[in-house]
Amino acid sequence: MIVRQLNPWSPSWSMPGNAFAQMRRDMETLMERLTGVTPDGSVAGVFPPMNVSEDLDHYYVRALIPGIDASQLNVSVVRQTIAVSGTRKSPEEEGVSHHRKERAEGAFSRSVTLPASFDGARVDAKYVDGILTLTLPKPEAAKPRRVTVQTS
Amino acid sequence: MAIDKTQGLQTREPRDLAATTEATRPGVLLTPPVDIFEDPNAITVLADMPGVKPGHLKIDLHEGVLTITGHADAPDGSNEVAILEEYRAGTYQRSFTLSEAIDQAQIQATLKHGVLHLRLPKAEQAKPRQIKIRTD
Repeated sequence: MIVRQLNPWSPSWSMPGNAFAQMRRDMETLMERLTGVTPDGSVAGVFPPMNVSEDLDHYYVRALIPGIDASQLNVSVVRQTIAVSGTRKSPEEEGVSHHRKERAEGAFSRSVTLPASFDGARVDAKYVDGILTLTLPKPEAAKPRRVTVQTS
Repeated sequence: MAIDKTQGLQTREPRDLAATTEATRPGVLLTPPVDIFEDPNAITVLADMPGVKPGHLKIDLHEGVLTITGHADAPDGSNEVAILEEYRAGTYQRSFTLSEAIDQAQIQATLKHGVLHLRLPKAEQAKPRQIKIRTD
């Protein structure tokens, strides 16, 4: 059974222009600035955001770095840690006035330590549509092995 | 909330937008960060939309409201198990209100390395004109 609760404080039920709704939004913005956690649960202020996942044979590290030249990206590997650094520049425009500047720019550097070692010599790095994807092959020892269970 | 003084372009706050529209696609709705700057001839909007392919980008102009919508697919490897998750793939969306000061037929859009570059040229009558002062 689906029960829909009518929460009087939910923004979707507030009238546009409602002073309380406005106040709530202002509070959310303030909390976002103080804690760095946005209402949808993502972490603000970390650049680039990264996802790490694994399957049986590989680890995958993905970083959202839109609008950068692939030649400006540095990826280095030390044991279990992979580091990504670079500089993101906005185009220099002469004689313009800025109205909004929300996109992060400048130098960045991040590193992730993976749960197990990987074969650093065979790391594949790819930059497509603003996403850097690193594919790290697991060494044989780190791959899960299927064990057959015998019934006597 | 800050109101843009940009001539001819107003950014709608994403949460105002979320309150008036329902998502039509599964997945999260993301607000792309934007840079907006203006020169004498045009207003330029840069929006970060990593993972969006040109075919999955929609630019819609309806009753003076310009809406950009881009869908980023999750990576194809379906057997992957997440270890660390700092972002989610989803749909980027943001709207801007245009005034008549924009030449709406001349809007140009390019998408490169996950950044949308929108150029909104000003209509002739909206360009600043230098007025000469005579001294005689």
